[in-house]
Amino acid sequence: MIKLEHVYKNFGDLEVLKDVNLEVKEGEKLVMIGPSGSGKSTTIRCMNFLEEPTSGSVYINGEKLTHQNKTKVIRDNISMVFQQFNLYPHMTVLKNLTIAPMKLHHKSKKEAEELAFHYLDVVGLREKAHAYPTMLSGGQQQRIAIARALCTESKIILFDEPTSALDPETIQEVLDVMIKLAKENITMVVVTHEMGFARQVADRIVFMAGGQIIEEGNPEHFFENPESDRVKQFLGKIIRK
Amino acid sequence: MSGIFSARAWDKVWTYRSTFALGLFNTVRTAFFGILLALVLGIIFGLMATSGKKPLKFISRVYVEIIQNTPVLLQCCFLYYALAFSNHSIGIILTGIISLGVYTGAYMAEVIRAGIEAIPVGQFEAASSQGFNYIEKMYYIILPQSIKIILPPMVNQVVNLIKNTSCLYIIGGADLISLTYSFVTGENTGGAYAPAYIVSGLLFFVICFPLTKFASTWEAYLKKMDQRIQFAQHTTIEEGVAANE
Repeated sequence: MIKLEHVYKNFGDLEVLKDVNLEVKEGEKLVMIGPSGSGKSTTIRCMNFLEEPTSGSVYINGEKLTHQNKTKVIRDNISMVFQQFNLYPHMTVLKNLTIAPMKLHHKSKKEAEELAFHYLDVVGLREKAHAYPTMLSGGQQQRIAIARALCTESKIILFDEPTSALDPETIQEVLDVMIKLAKENITMVVVTHEMGFARQVADRIVFMAGGQIIEEGNPEHFFENPESDRVKQFLGKIIRK
Repeated sequence: MSGIFSARAWDKVWTYRSTFALGLFNTVRTAFFGILLALVLGIIFGLMATSGKKPLKFISRVYVEIIQNTPVLLQCCFLYYALAFSNHSIGIILTGIISLGVYTGAYMAEVIRAGIEAIPVGQFEAASSQGFNYIEKMYYIILPQSIKIILPPMVNQVVNLIKNTSCLYIIGGADLISLTYSFVTGENTGGAYAPAYIVSGLLFFVICFPLTKFASTWEAYLKKMDQRIQFAQHTTIEEGVAANE
């Protein structure tokens, strides 16, 4: 479904990704973890060309992403949920959810709104349909952002640290929605620091450090007997027993 | 001095009212088409400045810096005489439209650039991540948010352009100020300084004041709306806290 081949990314002199190779299967839930600055956010942003790789290739559904075709490939295949939510502040929640289906996927207003209310029910915020994003809490905004991603009926949803900007109190409500989604046949790639979530939901965990993939495996392997010292060191710091 | 405000002087202005009407007409049509040109140039160069493409940014920068750092009178003369001496004279009104349009366009470009740059990068990324192309992104997501930042300073530029039509005087203009000046210095019409300039000033005021008033009302309205949203945000958070206690 997603394939990264020898992806390198430089920002000026800074090498952020050094030969990243990764394949995500259809319906797979892939969780990416690692220390700050390890390149996991850059990797996920390369998957929808918010960052275009300096070299290497990205394939979506077998099609090679290019600067020319990215808008269409993304429109047809991928959505993203951001750390800062990035809802459109000048639109109501309902408009946020219907704008892309109506303008990009040529759905009628009625179809788009039915879809929007369906996914508002999924995230449990039907009553906020006519509110403006700034009037909602962080957790609510992020659940709306997830509903917005679902409304385009993408087969792939990318989550770039979706709970990192939230109050501790509202993190769980967002994770609960994501756990619910994980039961569907959607391909999910999640960059997160929530180890509990990773353990519960991931089919596979990828650990990155220094712009490279250090280790990957299923959660059991990963949390119980990781091979590399770098992963052990990281887990030792992050998991409070 | 007493003669300046005399009834005779006012009478003279009234007699030659068609001169003032013609000046007003020329000023308004120069301004109208100048504004259209300024808007088109402002949008094109403003978008170029925010395109993230180096050559386009550079071209936009060069345009803005040259125009903003030379006097509009010079630009006006340059256009008029350069064309006149190469036998391509385009007339005073058209010269005015082009030179004022190009001049104000540089300021419009800056206003639009600033308005777009004020929108957080996350908005561009969210739109791209949904598959909006450049034009769709600007039209549906970015410009509707920029417009409230852009509009007040843009109206100020429109008012400046209207007043700057007086620059046409230097190329022998047909605008309101030029005609007023020829009226008060004219052999047959001369002398009625005060009434003529008062009438001329009033005509400018009648056009420009509603525009500036509109801009300031609009700005005040936006401030009020922002406060209202902040207030709503504040109360929701407080309610949230109260609910948790």
